[in-house]
Amino acid sequence: MGFFLEVLIGGLLTGVLYSLVALGFVLIFKASGVFNFAQGAMVLMAGLALVQLIEPTYIGLWHFVGIGALVAAVAGLLILRVVRGGTLAAAKGDWRAKLPALVGVGAGLVGGLLALAGGAKGWPLWLAIPAAIAVMVAVAWVVERWVLRPLVNQEGIILFMATLGITFFIDGFSQTLFGSNVYPLNIGLSKDPVFLLENVFEGGILVNQLDISGAIIAGVLVAGLAVFFQKTRIGRALRAVADDHAAAQSVGIPLNWIWFIVWSVAGIVALVAAIVWGSKLGIQFSLTFLALKALPVLILGGFTSVPGAIVGGLLIGAGEKVAEVYFPVVTKFAFGTAMPGGIEYWFAYVLALVFLLFRPQGLFGERIIERV
Amino acid sequence: MTVRVRSFPDVLLSVENISLSFGGVKALTDISFDIRKGEIRAIIGPNGAGKSSMLNCINGFYHPQQGAITYKGVRRSQMRPHEAAEQGIARTFQNIALFKGMSTLDNIMTGRNLRMKTGLLWQALHLGPARREEIEHRREVERIIDFLEIQHIRKTPVGRLPYGLQKRVELGRALAAQPELLLLDEPMAGMNIEEKQDMCRFVLDVNDEFGTTICLIEHDMGVVMDISDRVVVLDYGKKIGDGQPDEIKKNEAVISAYLGVSH
Amino acid sequence: MFYREAGQFKVTYSADMAIFPIAQDRIAVLAIVAGAFLLMPFVATEYFLNSIMVPTLILALAAIGLNILVGYCGQVSLGSGAFMAIGAYAAYSFAIRVPELPLLVSILLGGVVSAMVGIAFGIPSLRIKGFYLAVATLAAQFFFDWLFARVGWFTNYTPSGSVNAPRLDVFGWTVNTPVEKYLFVLAVVCVLALLAKNLVRGHVGRQWMAIRDMDIAAEIIGIRPMYAKLSAFAVSSFFVGVAGALWAFVHLGSWEPLAFSIDRSFQLLFAVIIGGLGSILGCFLGAAFMWILPIFLDIALPPLGELVGWKMDKATVSHFSFMIFGGLIVFFLIVEPHGLARLWSLLKEKLRLWPFPY
Repeated sequence: MGFFLEVLIGGLLTGVLYSLVALGFVLIFKASGVFNFAQGAMVLMAGLALVQLIEPTYIGLWHFVGIGALVAAVAGLLILRVVRGGTLAAAKGDWRAKLPALVGVGAGLVGGLLALAGGAKGWPLWLAIPAAIAVMVAVAWVVERWVLRPLVNQEGIILFMATLGITFFIDGFSQTLFGSNVYPLNIGLSKDPVFLLENVFEGGILVNQLDISGAIIAGVLVAGLAVFFQKTRIGRALRAVADDHAAAQSVGIPLNWIWFIVWSVAGIVALVAAIVWGSKLGIQFSLTFLALKALPVLILGGFTSVPGAIVGGLLIGAGEKVAEVYFPVVTKFAFGTAMPGGIEYWFAYVLALVFLLFRPQGLFGERIIERV
Repeated sequence: MTVRVRSFPDVLLSVENISLSFGGVKALTDISFDIRKGEIRAIIGPNGAGKSSMLNCINGFYHPQQGAITYKGVRRSQMRPHEAAEQGIARTFQNIALFKGMSTLDNIMTGRNLRMKTGLLWQALHLGPARREEIEHRREVERIIDFLEIQHIRKTPVGRLPYGLQKRVELGRALAAQPELLLLDEPMAGMNIEEKQDMCRFVLDVNDEFGTTICLIEHDMGVVMDISDRVVVLDYGKKIGDGQPDEIKKNEAVISAYLGVSH
Repeated sequence: MFYREAGQFKVTYSADMAIFPIAQDRIAVLAIVAGAFLLMPFVATEYFLNSIMVPTLILALAAIGLNILVGYCGQVSLGSGAFMAIGAYAAYSFAIRVPELPLLVSILLGGVVSAMVGIAFGIPSLRIKGFYLAVATLAAQFFFDWLFARVGWFTNYTPSGSVNAPRLDVFGWTVNTPVEKYLFVLAVVCVLALLAKNLVRGHVGRQWMAIRDMDIAAEIIGIRPMYAKLSAFAVSSFFVGVAGALWAFVHLGSWEPLAFSIDRSFQLLFAVIIGGLGSILGCFLGAAFMWILPIFLDIALPPLGELVGWKMDKATVSHFSFMIFGGLIVFFLIVEPHGLARLWSLLKEKLRLWPFPY
């Protein structure tokens, strides 16, 4: 019993990590109807950027200068946007029309120079994390500007395939820029195992502290997102955009801005996932495959449901761990020969597939009434 | 146009006490009427009255919770859309539902799909029966293309055609199945006066030449009163009138529904 | 000037329904096929045949299979690598367990097994669409990756998990040299491509496209979604499976499950997108593009890097190629969602009027 619980809890805590990635998918799907296959690649990129900024083993001085410039430019533009409110478009030829470009270039120069002065030393955490966020914001901007905007009003499946392209691009780009080895990430989360419920079971249940920190971070993130999307005007705009691009535009919702925000938030979620996962496994390319596990989570939870992403993640995480441990035992019992292990590799997908046959809209998804 | 008064003795399809709801929303409540062989039957009513839902029930796309539909003497409460098609019910849609990536010709050819029987292997070889069948059906389809006067757009992808022509292609696709009962969902919506006249002529010709029974939904009262033999009026999912165009014009309930007298 | 169809009147429907209704097209295609069979074996180097022509042709065949499913029937699949693996391992099983079977029959039977598994994994498509289906097909990919790697029966219990193809005997003809391999693959691919073209222009092809363009309307005009979708899955998996068997037997010779990983699925999907969704010709263009571009980049990138003073190692080159592929996919989806095949037909439109466009 103690062993079973240990497996179960270990699985649930892994499930939290799946939920974190799934959350990024859900945000983007809700806001833009885009099934973002690139979420896993974004996790990789955020992780690589962060780990290299803290402990540069691959990148050199010019990387730092570039990132410094980027961070300052992003910060400058965001401040400008907040100050001006962003909605007033200046007339052409007016000096204010050039303001964003001026601010961007100016702040970029300052940031670049500062980074140059700092040299190729690793940055402290308080700087590296915002810098990684700025990198993800820049990615969001590029995606919005160069992929989503030209593809507006296209069918969902075309957008999906475009995100496949984005996946490859980000995978290649981030590894070209930040290296492709396994990099340990240490931001001070304790990795020591602890025993829980020692007075209930003999020996207690062995749990990794890191997993618990991960669960707490995920909980905080979800609460923060809930507030952000429920209590702000953006939340409503977001639902409108998800429903119908053209109609949302026609009532004056700035589609591009909304997309940009949502992709930025998804980038931040990716960074959080990268921090938690990276602390556990190190930042490496295989994270993108783990991130793919978020897809069956989505199917279980429904594409548009934040609680679904969380419950689905927990179910998949717990289910596959339990199945992994007991599959050889059960097959031995049933067929006389133990089937080989390693079924973690596919269990989640097959579970999702079977689930789809019975409830195509997921646990929390809405039933769709088809009309002609 | 002169008002035609014709009589039709045989019932082709009858709807008995149909009720349909989506969750808590009642789309249709206890509707009964019949469609007789050879006639042009119109369903009218304000927006949201349940007209399209009614057609969707007839061709099996929606399954009513109560009531039954008797078609050609067989009574059933449920059937799948393709079964309806196999029974000789074809339709067009309010928002055009053509296959946008395919040419006009291919779209109309799909209308013949129920009559094409050769197996996959023959088709892969494109020899013998498959080839003969293809040519034979092509001939039929060309007849429909001639009838609808759309020879010039034969090979154009339908996504590129203007609205009026798309509606015509859609009619062609429905006709290709040689249906006994043709359901037309707002065949003239969004058309200009000339296109409407053309479409009216096609509908009447189909009815006259092929003897196809037609059930249509239309908002243009002029058209409805001119071409239909009998009219059903729906409002808020309920039937409020049924009869020949002249009777409907005088029906108090219908007048109040259309003039917006408060309920 | 030479590309005129004026004066070519069609007097029968069968002439109008020909694959290449324009005489010049017919001549050009015949010339290309004749050249591929008669000229290429004499002029091409062994390297060119072995490393470029054979894999490109096989990938084109797999792309045709995937295109039937994605481009014609509108059902996105991320699991085509798995179906190549099924074809390969099934053909291998037939070849070593029933050695009396002629090799070609084993390969085709590999395709048949793949088709049957395709039907099984196509069943969810009756209830789900779009991305949901794409995720469901990932299940096939990961499940079969595992199955072939872990269950010894499929690899005939070789300790390394790596499998050697049997000798390639085709009705007494031993396929050995690069030229022979090339001719064998070319013949199989030509025949199957022709069959695929016949299917997609026939009435089952129209059913697939109807399902793709608007499945509800298709059902209402009497197309059975079950038959249309499952037949697309079956035919598609058959082609992909045969391609997988050829890939393993002829191109690789010996292989591991890794040869059919999810990367292969993406490679095929990209070949289909770049070549053109819903075009058989596009499959050849897309496959050639996807196979030749990385080879080209491998050779061309390091010197280009040197020019700007950047020493690129092998890993960097491959990451850079990733970037270029990703960018190209997005570029194609934005600029020309119908791929190279559409560019080709636009060129033909222009050529029709050339040199007097008015």
